Amino acid sequence: MAEPLLIVERVSRRFGGLLAVNAASLIAPESRITALIGPNGAGKTTLFAIISGFLKPSDGKVRYAGEDVTGQPPHRLARRGIARTFQIAQPFAGLSVRENILVGAHLHHRTREAALAVAERVAGEVGLDGMLDRPADTLTVAARKRLELARALATEPKLLLLDEVLAGLNPSEIRGIVPVIRGLCMRGITIVMIEHVMQAVMSLAENVFALAEGRIIAEGTPAQVAADRGVVEAYLGHGAAVKLGGVHAH
Amino acid sequence: MCHPPLPASILVVLSPAIIIPAILNGLLTGAVYALVALGLTLVYGVLHIINFAHGALLTAAMFAAFFAYQFGIDPYVAIFLLAPAFFAVGYALQRLVIGPAAHGDDRNMLLVTLGIAVIIENALLYAFRADTRTIDVPYAFQSIDFGFTFVAVPRLVGFAAVFAVALVLWLIMTFTDTGKAIRAVAKEKVGAELAGIDVAHVYAVTFGLGTACVAIAACLLVPTYYVNPSAGNAFVLVAFTIVVLGGMGSVPGALIGGLVIGVVESLSSLFFGDSLGQVGIFLIFIAMLLVRPSGLFGARA
Amino acid sequence: MKAFTPIAVVVALFATVPLVVHSNVVLNFLVVALMIALAGQGWNILGGYGGQYSFGHAAFFGTGAYVTAILQVRYGVNAWVGFAIGIAAGALVGAIIGALTFRSGLRGSYFALVTLAFAEVLRISASVAPITGAGVGTLIKLDLRAQAFQFQSRAVFYWIILALVALSLAIAKLIERSRFGVWLVAVRENEDAAQALGIDVATVKSAAMVISGAITAAAGCFYAQYFLFVDSGIAYGTWISIEVLLTPIIGGVGTVFGPLFGAMVVKALGEGARLVTGDAPGLDLVVYGAVLILVIAFTPRGLIGGLAQARQWLMRRRGAEAHHG
Repeated sequence: MAEPLLIVERVSRRFGGLLAVNAASLIAPESRITALIGPNGAGKTTLFAIISGFLKPSDGKVRYAGEDVTGQPPHRLARRGIARTFQIAQPFAGLSVRENILVGAHLHHRTREAALAVAERVAGEVGLDGMLDRPADTLTVAARKRLELARALATEPKLLLLDEVLAGLNPSEIRGIVPVIRGLCMRGITIVMIEHVMQAVMSLAENVFALAEGRIIAEGTPAQVAADRGVVEAYLGHGAAVKLGGVHAH
Repeated sequence: MCHPPLPASILVVLSPAIIIPAILNGLLTGAVYALVALGLTLVYGVLHIINFAHGALLTAAMFAAFFAYQFGIDPYVAIFLLAPAFFAVGYALQRLVIGPAAHGDDRNMLLVTLGIAVIIENALLYAFRADTRTIDVPYAFQSIDFGFTFVAVPRLVGFAAVFAVALVLWLIMTFTDTGKAIRAVAKEKVGAELAGIDVAHVYAVTFGLGTACVAIAACLLVPTYYVNPSAGNAFVLVAFTIVVLGGMGSVPGALIGGLVIGVVESLSSLFFGDSLGQVGIFLIFIAMLLVRPSGLFGARA
Repeated sequence: MKAFTPIAVVVALFATVPLVVHSNVVLNFLVVALMIALAGQGWNILGGYGGQYSFGHAAFFGTGAYVTAILQVRYGVNAWVGFAIGIAAGALVGAIIGALTFRSGLRGSYFALVTLAFAEVLRISASVAPITGAGVGTLIKLDLRAQAFQFQSRAVFYWIILALVALSLAIAKLIERSRFGVWLVAVRENEDAAQALGIDVATVKSAAMVISGAITAAAGCFYAQYFLFVDSGIAYGTWISIEVLLTPIIGGVGTVFGPLFGAMVVKALGEGARLVTGDAPGLDLVVYGAVLILVIAFTPRGLIGGLAQARQWLMRRRGAEAHHG
């Protein structure tokens, strides 16, 4: 079997005295959806920041497409195919939706015409084609999330890191976006998603890694991880697994 | 291996009789620099903006002290008049002009403070021309004999005054409600707001304190320094250097940085002449910004 | 090509002015205003489009002015060649400052400070260095020949500076429509998001600074040829750093015509102030400072932005009326 697209090897990150990420390892097989779950403050976004080049790890390695990319700057990783969205959507506020996506499209397309065409196509894929000329700062939360996704997609990534792309969406908005994500995976894009919305994790992800206090405490299929006692305790507190008397997956 | 002999002039300059007074003078000047820097770092620490109007306010205060003297008010007495007056000016500027005009955007705040600086300096230029004025206080040249050197009285008073001001500020910050509110806003503005603190008021108070510092510094400077519309500028770039060196928002950093810069300036004037001494300071400034913008004591920029 | 029509029209209109106006006073006013517009367009590339507010653009203006002057006076270099070298020198200074500051990741206030410091270092150095004539300055000898880039008629100077302004407008437009321009604006709006989308932020900023430096230096070179005298206060003084940022901000940051519009307004205000109160120094800058604050407070996107704001407000009102009708 081919080497997984992304291998995170025992990555640690220290901030002063705080060990935000502690020897965390995860694997994202190509063209699959891998989920990274864990309670707030577990270090998930820090791990994403390390993978996408925004932070250097204090220890450990990141391997992407067979090469060691540890510590490379974000723009270089983006050119090699790693795209990420941000937990708090960061649109280019002064620009329109089209102009936002255009920025991403220009990564691999030099001329304005080519990049505009890509931007419009991508907007269609995420369902933003009705809003192309609206200023980005007038969008609803759900639309901003789609814009984050569209911008990242416009860079034609091989690996897409989605940081809580479903957060703040109501159930019908979630139902709308889940097929889009699944569609991306079917096109061959490898996805790693940080998510709290468990129904989405269950239905989308094939592999799940659970992070708590900076360490990976469980990995496996969604069902396996959900049943893991350590995971339940991380979310619900010490002793919760026993209290719940044998856990069942949703 | 033989070292080539040093030129005689360097040997003379290196003698303690020249270096020690230079260092001493540097410390005394540095103390006033520190006071100017203190105002700047206070504003940065709380409002997170660099107040480009700081130098112009210093110049305005120097003019005020000059005119107070024309009315027979001794500069050291004027401190007690001008400090509250300039506190009010600073408060009003932040509350009524900078805050509202900037709409919270950092870049706009930079420009608004720049605009204020331009207005103040050029208003002074328009009103008083570019002539340089000085005042002649009777004690300007009195000095105290320390054995190895003489030190001018005004500069000693200045040195002591700076530490007194720093102490007062520390007391305010630590023990008064306003001081605690200021520290809260500096640390976590949104949280402070949620806790019911009037952030606009705190910002204005901080700006007022910074301006008051500058007014006190002006009173300390006027006995020994000249007054003209660009006097403040000379100090403010040095003050910026100190603030960056000592760390943005760090009060001990501003004090220590001020003393260090004062000594550096004094020694480099000794070796390289005045103008190049100034250039030396700016080069240190640029180097600091490039290498370690958080300074020696400050939080990460 | 169609996109350049507005530029062509505006330039053509300006070009006709010396044909109808013969007053030297008016022509002089316009020449200086256009020169400031050119310098401001330089700032606009870095500050308006790129969002990096430099408070020390005098560093480029002064370098252009001094290089042109010194090459002519001390080395007998042809004035036109000196002009070109002056522009290159401005670009070089931009490259150096950009390399130093952007690689260190300096942003915002710190960037403004560092540019201010660079300009001051240059000013002080120029005021003592023998090559610049130190305090006395550098005087270019009067030599009214075309080869020496000196002309009896103001109109010729006017057309030359207009040509340079036209070029700068075209450059701004080209940047706006290019990939570099898209990247530059992205960097202005959100550096982290820009990086995540593959933009090499430091390189983009540095490139913008090189272009910015070259354009502003061109204005400095022109100053030297027009006024024939340069000293450290003129070349590297804060007056030019301030005027250079004032014109795009008042006219409209990040727009092609902003600096031109702003320069006309700023210079007109200056003249107005002078007419009302005589020649006392300082008053025009007081007016500039006040206008700066007013513009930031009420139309932060400049007058051009203000027009757009007004139009949007009108459209919204009409829309509301239609609903209530």
